[in-house]
Parts: sequence; structure tokens; C-alpha cells
Amino acid sequence: MDTVILQHVSKSYVKEGPPALQDVSFSVKKGELFGLIGPDGAGKSTIFRILTTLLLSDKGSATVAGYDVVKNYHEIRSCVGYMPGKFSLYQDLTIEENLHFFATLFGTTVEANYALIKDIYEQIAPFKKRRAGKLSGGMKQKLALCCALIHRPEVLFLDEPTTGVDAVSRKEFWEMLQRLKAEGITIVVSTPYMDEASLCERIALIQTGQILSINTPANIIKAYPGKLYALMATKVHLLLKDTRQYAGINLCYAAGDKLHLSFKDDGKHHPAGLLSWLESKGQQGVRIEEITPDIEDCFIAKTSIHE
Amino acid sequence: MKQFMVFVRKEFYHVFRDRRTLLILFGLPVMQILLFGYALTTEIKNAEIIVVDHAGDAASQQLTTMIAASKYFDINASVTSDEDIYKAFKKGKVKCAVVFPIGFGNDLLHGQTAQVQIIADAADPNTAKTLTNYLTAIIGDYQQQINPTANIPMRISPVTRMLYNPELNGSMNFVPGVMALVLMIICTTLTSVSIVREKEMGTMEILLVSPFKPTYVVLAKAVPYLALSLIDLIIILLLSVFLLDMPIRGNIVLLFLESTLFIICCLSLGLLISSVTRTQQIAMMVSMMGMMLPTILFTGFIFPLENMPWPLRVISNLVPSRWFYVIIKAVMLRGLGIGVIWKETLVLAGMTTALLMISIKSFKTRLS
Repeated sequence: MDTVILQHVSKSYVKEGPPALQDVSFSVKKGELFGLIGPDGAGKSTIFRILTTLLLSDKGSATVAGYDVVKNYHEIRSCVGYMPGKFSLYQDLTIEENLHFFATLFGTTVEANYALIKDIYEQIAPFKKRRAGKLSGGMKQKLALCCALIHRPEVLFLDEPTTGVDAVSRKEFWEMLQRLKAEGITIVVSTPYMDEASLCERIALIQTGQILSINTPANIIKAYPGKLYALMATKVHLLLKDTRQYAGINLCYAAGDKLHLSFKDDGKHHPAGLLSWLESKGQQGVRIEEITPDIEDCFIAKTSIHE
Repeated sequence: MKQFMVFVRKEFYHVFRDRRTLLILFGLPVMQILLFGYALTTEIKNAEIIVVDHAGDAASQQLTTMIAASKYFDINASVTSDEDIYKAFKKGKVKCAVVFPIGFGNDLLHGQTAQVQIIADAADPNTAKTLTNYLTAIIGDYQQQINPTANIPMRISPVTRMLYNPELNGSMNFVPGVMALVLMIICTTLTSVSIVREKEMGTMEILLVSPFKPTYVVLAKAVPYLALSLIDLIIILLLSVFLLDMPIRGNIVLLFLESTLFIICCLSLGLLISSVTRTQQIAMMVSMMGMMLPTILFTGFIFPLENMPWPLRVISNLVPSRWFYVIIKAVMLRGLGIGVIWKETLVLAGMTTALLMISIKSFKTRLS
């Protein structure tokens, strides 16, 4: 049986307006590193709160480690580790005191499970007498991960653990998650950063409370509808506007200093047509090439179909 | 149990590392006691008075000396004529004036009846009444002095005795009231704010997603503040005994037990406030502002409850400090035992149980 199962879960915070979650279903296998990918406000945190028994869903059911989130909430609270999206440790307690407090709260000791957190804790150990409120973003998240892991949970829920963390710390953080996965811990992690999606085994793309697709990152890229092109020009000025005016354009958006675009599937040879259209508009040095889409491209394509 | 202890220790860390909490905890009671004990008092001392002596004889001078010697009056010697009296009153500094007519001593010795005029600024009626009473008493004393054997037939001479507080020391009334007020404010504010802070900082989410039972969270919050409030109580008692000359006539163990009951009652109220508020600011507002006024109004130490219309008297019964005030006055000032205050104690105990049960019940095991 899968470790985390969500079935047709819906949730609204207000009576009017769009619901936070609409008929969300997915399951996470034991020992899997599962990612929830979506922008802010997509409903990721709501999913975490329902799974950690903090919120009740309006419709649908969910189980974690075989326990029902409504009936057996007490059992779930003992066997999961949860790291909320907002930094939620005691700012006026030191690193050491926070860790000791949470270890004792979960009925264990820091020593008993030190092996599990050793790699992470050693990085922040030089500052163990420093108060948590005075730590940098990356160190805060490492401490929060230590506290969430200290009782060796079966399932680890991480809500946007890398938001507000610098690029180096983000990379380290994901390396740690890979090691924890190797220890057999099931991990559900959310992130608004599309580049982190490829580090998960399977991902669910979420937008406005609905799941767009669930698959491995590679399969999601493989399932990209049609071909994706990158467009470059010497002067980027007005390039986006001019390109969008071309009749055969399906999607066109900025990605770094390039434009990513796809054409309508109407049998015409569009790339050449676009080039001459742009030259007639006075654009210079225009180049176009076919590229492999990344998760972000897939997300944008899915969202546009959805809308 | 180990979980519980570590939680309590964490609460102490919070308190001792936050200057604002420490200030409320230890600054507020000291400030309030000193303020009410020294600065705010209903007694009138050293009121400025004018004496205009048209007689200038032995009798008028003796009486003037007696007025000057009293601790209630300071004689303003600059005014000597009738016209200046009104000017002085208009300036508002002078509260009272005494005018001896020409021939005052003569009238007193020969005519047996002498008149003396007392003028008071009745813009503040209470002060005017009090001051004229003081003056009448001084004049009465003088009359006794010059003619101790005077045998006025059928005279009633009242002999008053001020029980428990012979010097009519005003702080005797205030200190128990302030004790009730301070404990009430501190206990409700600190507990409510400390729980709401966990909600606001997001730590409540982690606490809930742990095997630690929500009921224990409530209790573990209450224990440290109970201990700290008892320290507060000791500080208040020490200040009142050594600085304000308050007696503790009753059993000190009983005093502490009753105070502990009251503190638990206030802590429960604080827990209840915390479960219905979302931000520290609102919790602070509700427990400080919301509690301060009813406590001051309905405890009875500033405005006597007996004189209130019945709807207000009914409301006052809902204020825990009202009962504690009766208890503490009985124990501290009158030295009475549990036999007299069992009814008030029972009311407090009932309130405490109800509040504690409601607050544990209403403590949410989930968010929202």
C-alpha cells in the first residue's frame, strides 16, 4: 500500500470564490521523493496541512502511513516530520535548545537519532549557541530540517524548504534530501522553483487547486505537445510584441534572454515564416532553433491548455 | 512527564529572554503598587488655607496656631483682607478660608457665642466638605480646651473608633484592590499572549503535528506563569508591608492559597482569550484593555459596589477580582479565617473550574 494517498480531496476557505483545492488525488510510494510543483497560491500548503492533520478537507479522504487523517490523526502526528513553509522554530532559543526541545517533545533524544541528522547538523553545529532568529535563511532551513527529522519519521513533509534560500544552500539541501531518501524515508516536498522539479522522482504539477499532471519529470517533458523553439535576436526590444503578432504563434514567452515559443499545429512550416515576418518588421540577427522543453515549459503549456 | 518539563523550561526561556515580558511581569506590579500607594490617594493633606484675622486677639491667634499645626492645612500668610480672599479663590490655589470678625475673643468670653466664617471652594464638593469638617473639628477641640468643665446639659459626645485602620490610611483600601488588579492583568495578558505568539510565529503548527497532547500544551503554558505570578505576589506583599505599612493580620498560608486560586482563575481566562484571538496585538488589547476597565470598575476598591444600580451589581459578580478583593481584605486587614470567606472562595473555585474546562475544550487540535 502506498504511504501517502489522497483521494478526491476538495477544500474551500471561503464560501464564495474559487476553492483552494478541487478534486485532488495522488499517491506517494514508500521511500519515494515526490514533488508538488506549482506557483504561490496553487494549493500546495493546503495539501500539506490536510496530510499533517492540521486541516480537515471538505470532501474526499486521505491516509498517511496507513492511518486516516481524520480518525487516526494522533498516530499520524507521531510518525511524520513536518516543516511548514514559514520558518517555525523558536527564534529566541538557540540551535541546540530548539533541537533538544523537539527531540524531547517527540519522546526521543538528540543522541538516539544523531546519525540521521549528522551530515546536516555538522554544518550548523559551529553556531549551536546562536539563537535561531539570528541565523541566515539557509541555516534556518537546515535547522528546521534537523528538527523535523530528529524522531526519524516515516514520512517527511517539506513545504517550500528552499524558498528564500541562496543557490548554493538550495543545492546542498537537495543533496541532503537524496541521502534521506536513501535511508528509506518517504519525502513529499513542494517548491515553486521549476528547476528543482527534475530532482524529484515523480512530480505533480499544480495550478489553482487542481492537478495538471503527475509523472516522472522525464515523462512529463516527453509528453510535451508539439515542438518548442528558442528565438534570439540582436535587439530584444519589441521582439516579444512582434513575434506575438505573427499569425501562426501558439505560445510565446520570455525565458532568460531568449523567447520560447511553439506554433499552431496547422501543417504549415512556421519557423521560416516567422523569420521573414520578423525581418520585415526590422528585427536583425534573428535565429531560431528547436530545443528540449524543461519542466517550466511543460507547466506553461499545461496551464494554457487548462485555461 | 519529561516532555512536560522540557516545555515548561522552554516557557521560562521565552520569559527571561524577552525584555517586554519581564517589564510587564515585574515592572507593572511595582509601578502600580507605588502609584496607588503613594501618589493616588483620596486623603487631603496640606491644603492651602487663608486666615483673615480682624480680631487679632488671644483667642483668634490660638485658634490660628491650631489650624497651622494641623497636617491638613498650610496657611497662606500673604492674604489679609476680605477682597483678596476672592481673588485668591479665583486663582484656584486656595481651597479654604477662615475669617475672624472684630471682637471674636471678646464675644467668646462675654457673649458666650462667637462667630467665625468658613469659606470653601465647593467647585469640588468632596474636598470642600472634607476641609470644612476638619476645620469644624479643630474649632470643637479648641472649645473643649478653653472650657473643659463646661456643663452643657444633655450633651451627646460620640466616641468613634476606626477599626482595623485607626489612622484611616488610604493605602489599606487600595493595596488589596491593586493586588487584585495587577494579578488579573498580568496573568491574563501573559498567558494569552504567549499562546497566541505560538500561533503567530507558526510554531503551533509544529506543536500540533507532534505526539504532545494539545491539553498538555495548555497546562504547560499555565505552569510557568503560575510560578511567576506567585513571585509577583510575594513582591507585592513585601512592598505593601515594608513600604506602605500594610498589616497581614490573617494566616499567610491561607492568603497564598486564596491568591493561588485567583491566579489560576486569571490564567484560565487568559487561556480562553488566547483560543479566540489570532494575533498577539489583539490578545494584548483584549486582556489589557478589556480586563483593566471592568476590574477597576467592578472590584469595589475605587467605586463602592453597594452604591451601584442593580444591573451593574449583577455584572460585577462576574468579575473574579471582585471576589478576590473581599477575600484578601478579610484575610489581610481583618485577620479572618476561611470560615468567613468560604462563600467567596467557592465562587472563585467555581469560576476557575468553568473557565479552565472551557479553555481546554476550546483549544483547537487543528488549525482554524
